[in-house]
Amino acid sequence: MLRYTLSRLVSLGLSLVVASLVIFAVIEVIPGDPASFMLGMNAADDTVAALREQLGLNGTLAERYLAWVGGMLLGDFGVSYTYRVPVADLIAARMQVSVPLTVYALVLSTSIAIPVGLIAAARQGKATDLAVMATTQMGVAVPNFWFAMILVLIFAVNLRWFPSGGFPGWDKGVWLNLKALTLPAIALALPQASILARVMRSSVLETLSQDYIRTARAKGLTRTQAVLRHAFRNALIPVLTILGLQFSFLLAGAIIIENVFFLPGLGRLIFQGITQRDLIVVESVVMLLVGAVIVVNFLVDLAYAAVDPRLRARA
Amino acid sequence: MTGRWTLVLGAVLAGVFALAALVSLVWVPVPVETFAVSFKLKPIGTPGFPLGTDHFGRDILSMLMVGARTSIAVAIVAVGIGIAFGVPLGLLAAAQRGGLVDELVMRGNDLVFAFPSLVIAILITAVFGPSATNAILAIGIFNIPVFARVTRGGALSLWTLDYIRAAEVAGKGRARISMEHILPNIANLLIVQGTIQFSLGILAEAGLSYVGLGAQPPIPSWGRMLAEAQTMIVMAPHMAILPGLAIVLTVLGLNLMGDGLRDLLDPRLRRTR
Amino acid sequence: MSLLKVENLSLSIHGTPILHGVSFEMAPGRVFGLVGESGSGKSLTAFSLMGLVPGGARVAGRAVLAGTDLLAQTEAQMCAIRGRDVGLIFQEPMTALNPVQCIGDQVAEALVIHGAATRDKAAGIARERLNRVGLTEDRFPLTRFPHELSGGQRQRVCIAMAIALRPKLLIADEPTTALDVTTQAQILDLLRGLVAEDGMGLLLITHDLAVVSGVADHVAVMQAGRLVEEGPTEALFRERRHDYTRRLFAASAHHPERAAIATDTPLLQVQDVRRSYALPRKALLGPAPRVEAVKGVSFTLNRGESLGLVGESGCGKSTLTRAILGLEPVQGGSIRLDGVPVQAGAMTDALRAQMQVVFQDPYGSFNPRWKVGRLVAEPFHLAPAPQAEQRDRVAAALEEVGLTRDDMEKYIHEFSGGQRQRIAIARALIVRPKLIVLDEAVSALDVRVRAQILDLLAALQASHGLSYLFISHDLHVVRAITDRVLVMQAGQIVEQGATDTVFSAPQHPYTRQLIAATPVIPTDWMTDDALV
Repeated sequence: MLRYTLSRLVSLGLSLVVASLVIFAVIEVIPGDPASFMLGMNAADDTVAALREQLGLNGTLAERYLAWVGGMLLGDFGVSYTYRVPVADLIAARMQVSVPLTVYALVLSTSIAIPVGLIAAARQGKATDLAVMATTQMGVAVPNFWFAMILVLIFAVNLRWFPSGGFPGWDKGVWLNLKALTLPAIALALPQASILARVMRSSVLETLSQDYIRTARAKGLTRTQAVLRHAFRNALIPVLTILGLQFSFLLAGAIIIENVFFLPGLGRLIFQGITQRDLIVVESVVMLLVGAVIVVNFLVDLAYAAVDPRLRARA
Repeated sequence: MTGRWTLVLGAVLAGVFALAALVSLVWVPVPVETFAVSFKLKPIGTPGFPLGTDHFGRDILSMLMVGARTSIAVAIVAVGIGIAFGVPLGLLAAAQRGGLVDELVMRGNDLVFAFPSLVIAILITAVFGPSATNAILAIGIFNIPVFARVTRGGALSLWTLDYIRAAEVAGKGRARISMEHILPNIANLLIVQGTIQFSLGILAEAGLSYVGLGAQPPIPSWGRMLAEAQTMIVMAPHMAILPGLAIVLTVLGLNLMGDGLRDLLDPRLRRTR
Repeated sequence: MSLLKVENLSLSIHGTPILHGVSFEMAPGRVFGLVGESGSGKSLTAFSLMGLVPGGARVAGRAVLAGTDLLAQTEAQMCAIRGRDVGLIFQEPMTALNPVQCIGDQVAEALVIHGAATRDKAAGIARERLNRVGLTEDRFPLTRFPHELSGGQRQRVCIAMAIALRPKLLIADEPTTALDVTTQAQILDLLRGLVAEDGMGLLLITHDLAVVSGVADHVAVMQAGRLVEEGPTEALFRERRHDYTRRLFAASAHHPERAAIATDTPLLQVQDVRRSYALPRKALLGPAPRVEAVKGVSFTLNRGESLGLVGESGCGKSTLTRAILGLEPVQGGSIRLDGVPVQAGAMTDALRAQMQVVFQDPYGSFNPRWKVGRLVAEPFHLAPAPQAEQRDRVAAALEEVGLTRDDMEKYIHEFSGGQRQRIAIARALIVRPKLIVLDEAVSALDVRVRAQILDLLAALQASHGLSYLFISHDLHVVRAITDRVLVMQAGQIVEQGATDTVFSAPQHPYTRQLIAATPVIPTDWMTDDALV
């Protein structure tokens, strides 16, 4: 188990390094001179020089890369060119919206999808199963931002149960904020839950055709007992894979959904960064998002080992 | 035979939009460049504007038809990029299992999966500015590892079969075996994956245009129609509902096609013994 | 007194009748053998008794176990009976256990589910049952996972599970078919012991007449969903009243007539061949450990000779085969075919054309998208010929193996397993090689089909002057078709010699062990004109 964890840690580190190199190359190498890019064509030479100084662009590429990565490791993400404040502060403020939103959506989608998939598989071919399949088929096809707009139309504009957008801030109490995040979280969770439920269903069905399920039935387990005691844990293995992949879609989805609900999260920050050509902000936020995906997939790898003893034994 | 009906239903749904896109190349009810401000925000069923008009008085039906063209074109090219690069990489990786290419493909796979299309699009846009090409590139790049992984997986299981040994004993090289024996036998997998990526591409394109990273004005696209509809949602809900329905129905049609094809092509169902 | 009485058991799946009025009676403390070829319905008989038939199946008749009609029970009642009154053991021990649950829990579950013991007590009983099947505490703690066990050990776990509640009836469906002969002998001993000591009745389902002859007290022969004959084992084996039984026995004892064409001219010379693989690294740094699968093997195969290579799974015979075919490099020694070195990646087409192969699996050996004509013609890659000539030769080869010219236009899924092996042989013959490697080529076939293929191989050897390298785990088959035999164990050839000599007077202890473990029908039961 220790060896497995170590080997996953090594690959986690490598992925982070390569990802950071890619992002650095796109943002700081491809545009040529980021400083003049950020200021636009008509900027005076001395302004550009000043910005270059401020951004630390005068060193070699290697120096700049190491300074950037080293800074991030120490929590220093540079200073935003447009906001004139440390990017780390901006990110910290925006994460108070984005992280709860993503976690909320993830919890919603898993807690709906896993039981639904399990039930559909247990009742394969029956009305329940067909209803689940039809609903999830629709759920997979619905773009989340459009679903968000429809939710706003129904639950905010017409029924007035939830606010149509905005975020009060955590100092206004948990309840108000949860209310503000509920519609966005549902919009994010629906397509993910649909995919996950379908994967869960087919994974359980696949597992049910295995020999050890027949063995379990021969021991006297009912079909339901066999599903719960033997199929469930084995079926979780492919579901974990999808869950890991979905996290990155969830983050991407959150960036878009924040736009629908005017939520001041990382998504809004990154689009403001793009419009204002604030490369420092874009670079750091993208690295943060990509890093989060890589770390989550590392955790998924560890979860595999917890579920599957064969992995614990292997290197 | 449910597979056949799913396939037919899916093909009809997706076909309607593909046809609309094709027709829009030569004819639309009202040219989308026509801004008829006096006809703005007309509801569904207005004479001359069967699906109503938007806040500039443009005909929504015509916008949807041209939007279908944008969506489908972006998705097709993106799937093409994925197949053109991903399939050869996957075949190569499987043919040299455990070799350098295999290792690179797998690591590259993991890496690209950490960059969702949206993040790739953000990076490209930050440097080159927004355009429809960005959307194609971003979705296409993300498709490469998807196809590489599917190809490699399918090919690896075939490489263990005895008919591959027989071909080796008949003196055929890995490249030739990959083309003669492997590729035709994973074509089904690739067709099914192709329809899935096609539908994901349409969703992704809509998302990118919605946040302004995709097709730019004046090219109509479903995603941007939704972005523009957002502020009018109380006054003119049909502006938001119709493009969304177009996306849902197209994606649904493609997914149904994918499911139907899988059922029909799955060798496990066709094998006689 | 009868333990199980089956009357008029019928089964149809989606309206297609599978079993037709099967009736038999089993006594407690006895072994009842049910034999038949694949598809005869013997496994479905067992599943019908247990109420585990596939969807769309309809079962009729009676099956009374200790006063209860198994076929009249509801699903809930059957759940209470399965595992408690009837234990089941399956063919494939590698997949029969839940891979993510430890063996102790899997055995204990049978007790807990029937409320026979609390969780704590069940662990104790599970321990005792595992000891009973020979998995002792010191080497096999309850916390072991299935992937840490060999096939034979896993089958023991399955048996422990099946006897956890000491059921009256044990049903074993081909319990040893997937195992090596020495493991098979141990598992059969264990089952026999359980019947003798614990008084269970055992319904043993198998395709192997020799296994039945050694274990069963009573035998029933099944063909196409019907019991054609039934009786005490020895009497049934001696008399063989029914025509089908006679044919089955004749096929299983079949020795093809072989012309003596072996010469003293060497064709294949294998000299001190070594083959090793890298294992996954144990440490993050440092060299990867290697395992040596073939440890210095030397032998010669002469022209016109048929040479057998026997050994159990994992002995290195498959690795050696791939090296001989020039598919994998060797780490030491040399292989020469007709004096020319065989080396992976450095072989001329002319050299490859000297040597072709027939594999075990009749289903995985052919590209399902190609027509038979193209499949058989594939080796022409080595020896190009004009299209017209290729077609004629393919047609001729198909006719030679007992098929027709028209079969060229068909796809492979239109053929049965035996016909596919004929096509594989035609493909091997097409470029007129000197050596054909037969890699378990008849192992997947039913006895009657196997006998036909062996006849075909013998005839082709005589007419074409072929040499065979015949790789098999099945000693009967090797004895029937080879002149000389090599016995391989743990990467080495431990004994070689003329086939009859090796079988009648084995020298090496491992050879003796193999031969002793191989089930045989007692020869005096078979003294019958029909068989010779």
